[in-house]
Amino acid sequence: MDKYKDIANKLRIDIIKMLEESKSGHPGGSLSACEILTALYFKEMNIDPANPHWEDRDRFVLSKGHGAPVLYAALAEKGYFPKEELNNLRKIDSMLQGHPDMKGTPGVDMTTGSLGQGLAAANGMALAGKLDNKDYKVYALIGDGEAQEGIIWEAAMFAAHYKLDNLIVFLDHNGLQIDGKNEDIMNIEPVDEKFKAFGWHVISIDGHAFEEIFNAIDEAKKVEGKPTIIIAKTIKGKGVSYMEDQVGWHGKAPSKEEAEKAMEELGGVLDD
Amino acid sequence: MTKMMATRDAYGEALKELGKINKDIVVLDADLSGSTKTAVFKNEYPERFFNVGIAEQSLMGTAAGLAAVGKIPFASTFAMFATGRAFEIIRNSICYPKLNVKIAATHAGLTVGEDGATHQSVEDLSLMRSVPNMTVLCPADAVEAKKSVIKASQYEGPVYIRLGRSKVPVIFNEDYDFEIGKGVEIKAGEDITIIATGIMVSKALEASEVLEKEGISVRVINISTIKPIDEDIIIKAAKETKKIVTVEEHNIIGGLGSAVAEVIVENNPVLMKRVGVEDTFGESGTADDVLQKYGLTVENIVNNARELVSK
Repeated sequence: MDKYKDIANKLRIDIIKMLEESKSGHPGGSLSACEILTALYFKEMNIDPANPHWEDRDRFVLSKGHGAPVLYAALAEKGYFPKEELNNLRKIDSMLQGHPDMKGTPGVDMTTGSLGQGLAAANGMALAGKLDNKDYKVYALIGDGEAQEGIIWEAAMFAAHYKLDNLIVFLDHNGLQIDGKNEDIMNIEPVDEKFKAFGWHVISIDGHAFEEIFNAIDEAKKVEGKPTIIIAKTIKGKGVSYMEDQVGWHGKAPSKEEAEKAMEELGGVLDD
Repeated sequence: MTKMMATRDAYGEALKELGKINKDIVVLDADLSGSTKTAVFKNEYPERFFNVGIAEQSLMGTAAGLAAVGKIPFASTFAMFATGRAFEIIRNSICYPKLNVKIAATHAGLTVGEDGATHQSVEDLSLMRSVPNMTVLCPADAVEAKKSVIKASQYEGPVYIRLGRSKVPVIFNEDYDFEIGKGVEIKAGEDITIIATGIMVSKALEASEVLEKEGISVRVINISTIKPIDEDIIIKAAKETKKIVTVEEHNIIGGLGSAVAEVIVENNPVLMKRVGVEDTFGESGTADDVLQKYGLTVENIVNNARELVSK
């Protein structure tokens, strides 16, 4: 597990560095998903960074597209593009757009950013896999605030109706959204029972515990006839003490001083 | 006796043919397959037909995902719900990544008739035309509709195809050559040009006959690709006939009239009139009654053309 913890920590360092550099972006919901993306990109997904369009690959859809920094950090770490590219996040002429662009960034499987749309797209990918008798899996990550979008529930119905057991969705359940706590803005609970009622296989885990993530994916892969959602309890801003569980860090980049403090905690070094 | 056929029926026929020759074609509908005619495809290829239920956002989002892995999805529902309810999914999930999704929307315009204003899309061309990467087709009759659907399936990228509910005259022969982006002069003339799209093309032709009897020489152009629009044929008409009337079953804001005006003003300004829905909602009634009340008539085209010629 140390290996994966190491990678997740590296992703956190890269997230802070790229946000400090771009002076823009979403740290909170990127940091909360580091273990999930590490598990997917460095253990579970059948992918080839040298061949990003390989048609039999597993797919990943970051439906909560504002979490782009964690995806870019994972793709760079995996070797889809050089790490230096991370310095260009959100800058003009960059391949790293504010939200994921499948046509611009190697390794990005779906363009996302407008909340809710990624889950429907993941359905289409999973459906195509069924149609072509392919073995690939489609993974998607949705946010808890995002679960307030109507299209999420349209898509939830669809995935169960068409028995998309090749679809494995994570809910990054950190409990916070821009305006405050989910429960104060628009309560989504009981979100597990909602998905159950929609016909999904539901697994609840600690989204920062690798063993639980791996076990959940193993379980999901064995489920037949229904899609799986892994409700991952997470901490927004995880790993950077002053960002943890602070709604103010949803969409704000750290200053140089703040980033330096984060580097001390994570054991990284800020570039000049 | 002119043969009559609805463009949506031609869509069903085209899908049936396409399903046979291209296994990548899949069809999605939002609980309107009997009306949109995707049921014709469903009956032939049930394993490649998917009903998403009454969920237009899911319809477009799922189509985007299918296209992202190489399928050629045709997504159908009424034009109102396709372009209105699901606009932002079309924009962000289909057009931004330029995915190969075909949106074939039926029951467009006022001729949905009795259902009334909630179902009468008079904005769809405007909405679709304004999204980057989108190609917008509005066929005039069943022959052109069928050819549009087939050409759209061979084109790589998002396409919006506007189709109608009502039976309309078949204007073109089977050997008619349809090409995306090409306008067609269907009648020669020198005094004025009527540029029409969709089901109003046949009325434009009728209007030209009335005007010819009055000694006015009328050119008629069918613009079935609203975007990218055929600038050359429009500029040529502006230069040669000096006066232009546009005719569409759509709001005069944002559709064919606006598209033609943009071309003319930037290249060769001449006097113009736009015949269409005059920035108002429709109402219930038979298709013919609604067209009559809202000025989408041969008479109104003739009056506008006559007025313009006299200026």
